[in-house]
Amino acid sequence: MTKHRFTASILCMAANNISLAHEAADPLISMVSINQLEQRLNHDAQSNDRDISNWNAEVWLGKNLDKLWLKTEGEFVDGQREESELQVLYSRAIAPYWDLQTGWRGDFNPEQNQHWFAVGLQGLAPYFFEIDSALFFGKGGQTALRIDAEYELMFTQKLILSPELETTLYSRNAPKYEQGSGLAKIDAGLRLRYEIRREFAPYIGINWSKKYGNTADLSRADGGDIEALQWVAGIRAWF
Amino acid sequence: MKHTTHISSPTLSTLATTSVSRRRFVTGAASAGALIGLSGSPLSWGIEKAPTAVEQQTLSGKHFDLDIGYQPVNFTGKSRIATAVNGSVPGPILRWREGDDITLRVRNHLAHDSSIHWHGMILPAEMDGVPGMSFAGIKPGEYFDYAFNVQQSGTYWYHSHSGFQEQTGVYGAIVIEPKGPDPVAYDRDYVVQLSDWSDEAPEAIYAKLKKRGDYYNFNERTAGDLWRDIKEKGLSQTWSDRSMWNQMRMSERDIADVTAYTYTYLMNGATPDQGWTGLFKRGEKIRLRFINSAAMTIFDVRIPGLKMTVVAADGQNVEPFTIDEFRIGVAETYDVIVEPSDDSAYCVFAQSIDRSGFTRGTLSANPALSAAIPNMDPAPVLSHRDMGMAMAGMSHGDQNMGSMAGMDHSQHAMGSMKEMDHSGHDRSNMKGMDHSQHGMAAMSMAMPAPLGKAGFGSNNEITHVKTEFGPQVDARADSPQSGLDDPGIGLRNHQQLYGRKVLRYSQLRNLHPTEDRREPSREIQLHLTGNMHRYMWSVNGIPFADAEPLALSFGERVRITLVNDSMMTHPIHLHGVWSELETGDPEYIPRKHTIMVQPGSKISYLVTADAMGRWAYHCHLLYHMPGMMREVRISHDGGAA
Repeated sequence: MTKHRFTASILCMAANNISLAHEAADPLISMVSINQLEQRLNHDAQSNDRDISNWNAEVWLGKNLDKLWLKTEGEFVDGQREESELQVLYSRAIAPYWDLQTGWRGDFNPEQNQHWFAVGLQGLAPYFFEIDSALFFGKGGQTALRIDAEYELMFTQKLILSPELETTLYSRNAPKYEQGSGLAKIDAGLRLRYEIRREFAPYIGINWSKKYGNTADLSRADGGDIEALQWVAGIRAWF
Repeated sequence: MKHTTHISSPTLSTLATTSVSRRRFVTGAASAGALIGLSGSPLSWGIEKAPTAVEQQTLSGKHFDLDIGYQPVNFTGKSRIATAVNGSVPGPILRWREGDDITLRVRNHLAHDSSIHWHGMILPAEMDGVPGMSFAGIKPGEYFDYAFNVQQSGTYWYHSHSGFQEQTGVYGAIVIEPKGPDPVAYDRDYVVQLSDWSDEAPEAIYAKLKKRGDYYNFNERTAGDLWRDIKEKGLSQTWSDRSMWNQMRMSERDIADVTAYTYTYLMNGATPDQGWTGLFKRGEKIRLRFINSAAMTIFDVRIPGLKMTVVAADGQNVEPFTIDEFRIGVAETYDVIVEPSDDSAYCVFAQSIDRSGFTRGTLSANPALSAAIPNMDPAPVLSHRDMGMAMAGMSHGDQNMGSMAGMDHSQHAMGSMKEMDHSGHDRSNMKGMDHSQHGMAAMSMAMPAPLGKAGFGSNNEITHVKTEFGPQVDARADSPQSGLDDPGIGLRNHQQLYGRKVLRYSQLRNLHPTEDRREPSREIQLHLTGNMHRYMWSVNGIPFADAEPLALSFGERVRITLVNDSMMTHPIHLHGVWSELETGDPEYIPRKHTIMVQPGSKISYLVTADAMGRWAYHCHLLYHMPGMMREVRISHDGGAA
C-alpha cells in the first residue's frame, strides 16, 4: 500500500512537473508572417498598363526545435494568378541559428504545375544576413538551387531599409517550364518599411528581376519579358 | 506611466486626515488609487464604496489568511485584471517575529492552480510552496495551510510559484523582527518593493519573445550610430569593434528581454506618475527595505543627495558599508539606512538595467514637497568581457553550422585551445590575456586540481560539457571573469563619471562569523546557457524538463560555481538553504538566497546541505525560469531517488 501511494505521488509530481516546466519552457507556438503583400508598378512604360500584385508569406507551427513550415509566394497579373508556389516543410533546428527544412514544393502555373522535393537551410548567417536556401529535386531529374538573402538596416528603431537578393539556378534545360541550365534568375529588392507596431509595417520600395542564360532565351522565345524594374508598395505583418 | 494621478492626491489627503497609521497611509495610497481608477468597470464591484478596503495592508501576528483572487487594477489608464493577494498589488506586508511558529492559510480563488513560495525562508521542504516539488499546489477553490517556525529575521518576500502569476500580482513583502536586539538602529522603516506591471498577458509576452527575441528592445544599433562611430573611430576600428557581434549574430544593445515598452515599473504598487511617499523627521535614521519583486526587471537604485548604508543583503545582516547606488537583481533584497539631515525631499530612484524606464518614490519631511526626478543614465552597451571572452569569435556560435555537435570537446579544451586563443588574440587585438593560465588550465584537466579554499571561490577550470553544444546554446564563455568585483553592466564607470560608489558583491561581509567552517568536499560547476534568438534557456544546455535532479548528501558542504555563458544577467535562487557567497573572506561569508551572475562571468558560493527534501533552483527572471531550473535533492544517500 505504501508502495502504491508512493507511485501515485511520484506520478502526481511528474504531472505537476510538466505543468510547471515542460509546457512553459517549450510551448506550442504558431506564427503567421506576411513578408510581402504588395502592389507592383512597372517602371518600364511599355507594360505600365498591367496590374501586378505579389505575395510572400510564411506560417509556422511548432516548438523550440521542431516546426511545421508553410511558405507561399506568388503573383497576380491583371487579376489572374500568374505564378505561385507552396512549400510544406518539416523544420528541425540543427545549430543555434540554423534550421534544416525538408518537404514538398508545388509550383502552380497557368500551364504546367510542377512538384519538387525540397531540402533547405534557413537561418541567420554571421553579419545578420537572413538566409533561406534550398535545393529542389523535380521530376525528370531537374534540380534547382535557390538562395535568398535579406538584410535589415535600421535608420531608426522603426524605419528599416531591407535589401534582398534571390538567385535561382537549374541543373538542366526544361523548356516546358521555361527553365534553362545554369544561372536562371536574379531578383533584387529594396524595401523601406515603417514599423507602426513591431507586427505591422507599411513599406515602399523597388524590385528588379532579370533572367539569364538559357532561361532568358526560353522566356524570350515565348514572348516573355526577361528584365523588369518595378516600384512596389505594400504591407508587412505578422502575428 | 500614464496614470490618472488625480486619484491619488484626494486619497492621500482623506487618509491623512483620518487617523490611519502612517504605515497604512504610505503603503496603501497607491494601490487604492490604482484601483479607484476603474470605477466604471463591470468588475469594480464594491470598489466605489470602499476604496480603502483594497489598500495594501500590513498583517502581523502568528496566523495569517491570504486570499489569492482576481482584482481589477489600473496602472496605465487601462483596466486590467490582476491576480492579487487580499485584493492589492503588491499583497499585504507580512510582519513576523523570529522564533514564532506561524500558520498561513492560503486560499486560491483563481481558475488555475496557485501557490505561494516564501522566498528566502529556511523551512521544511513541504512548506516551500513549489508545485511539483514541495507540494501539489493549491487547486482552484481550495486552500493550503502553511505552518513553520520562523528561524531568521530580516527582509524577505513571497510570491506565486505557479505559471506566470507573479507577473500579474501574486507577491508581497515579509519583514521579520529579530528575537534579540536588532544590530541595526533605526527610527522608522519602510518596505520599498519594486516590481514591473504589464497590461499584456504574461503568456503573450512569452510568445512574442519566442517569435522575436528582440521584440521589446527599442534601443538597437542604427545607421546613425554606425555613421557616428565611423566618424569618431574610423572605418576599420568600427568594423573590428562590431565584427564579433556581427559574427555572433548578437546585439551589444541586448540588455533586457522585456522593457518599458510594455512594463510600468512600480514602487510599493505606485506608478512613477503617482510616486510612493515615505515621510521622515529630520535627523531620523530610516531603514529602507528594498525588495525586487519584478518578473523580469533588474533595477539600479539611488537616492540623489543621500548616502545609503547597506546593513543587510537578502535579509541577512552584513557589516555596514556606505554606497551611492546599487543594482538589485530580481528577488534580491537590500536593507539600507539613510539619514536625511534636512527637511527637504529626496527621490528614491530605481531605473531599469536597460534604462528604458524607471520607478520612483519620495522620502520627504513634508508631504507637500516632492523631489526632482533625475534623468536616467545612458543605456549600457555590452562589451567583449560580457561575452566571457578574451578574444573574438572562435568556439562561439556555430561557424560551421551544426557540425559542432560532433566536435571532440575534450580535445578542444586540452590541446587546441592555446592555438585558438592565439588566433583570436591576433584578430581582436585584445590585451590582458593570460596565456600561461590557459596552458595551466589545460594541463590541470588531466590531473584535477585540489579545490580552492573555502571563502575564496573556485580555482577550477571552466569546462563546457557536451550538452552545451547544439542548437539550444548560442554562446559559451571561455574566459569568464569573476563577477565578484563587478558592479554590473552599465554601472562600471559610475564612480569615475558621476562619483557614485556602486555596490559590489565583494563588499558584502557577514556581520556574524561563518558558521560552517568546513572546506567544501566537492564543487559543482553549472553553466547558465541559452539561445536568445530562439528564446530558449537552460542549465548546461539542458532545460529543466529533461534534467536530472542535482543530488546533495544531507550535511555536506559543497561549492557551486555558476558560469554565465549568456549575455544576460541572471539572478539565481536556491531554495531551502543558504547560498554563502565566496567573497574572499572565509571568516565572514555573507549569506544570500539569490545571486546575480553577470554576463560572461563566474561566481562561486558554498552550500551546507542541511535541509532535507526537494528544492527548486532557478533563474528568477520569470521567462527564463521554465528552462533555467533544476531540482536540488537533499537526502541521506546523496539524493538517489
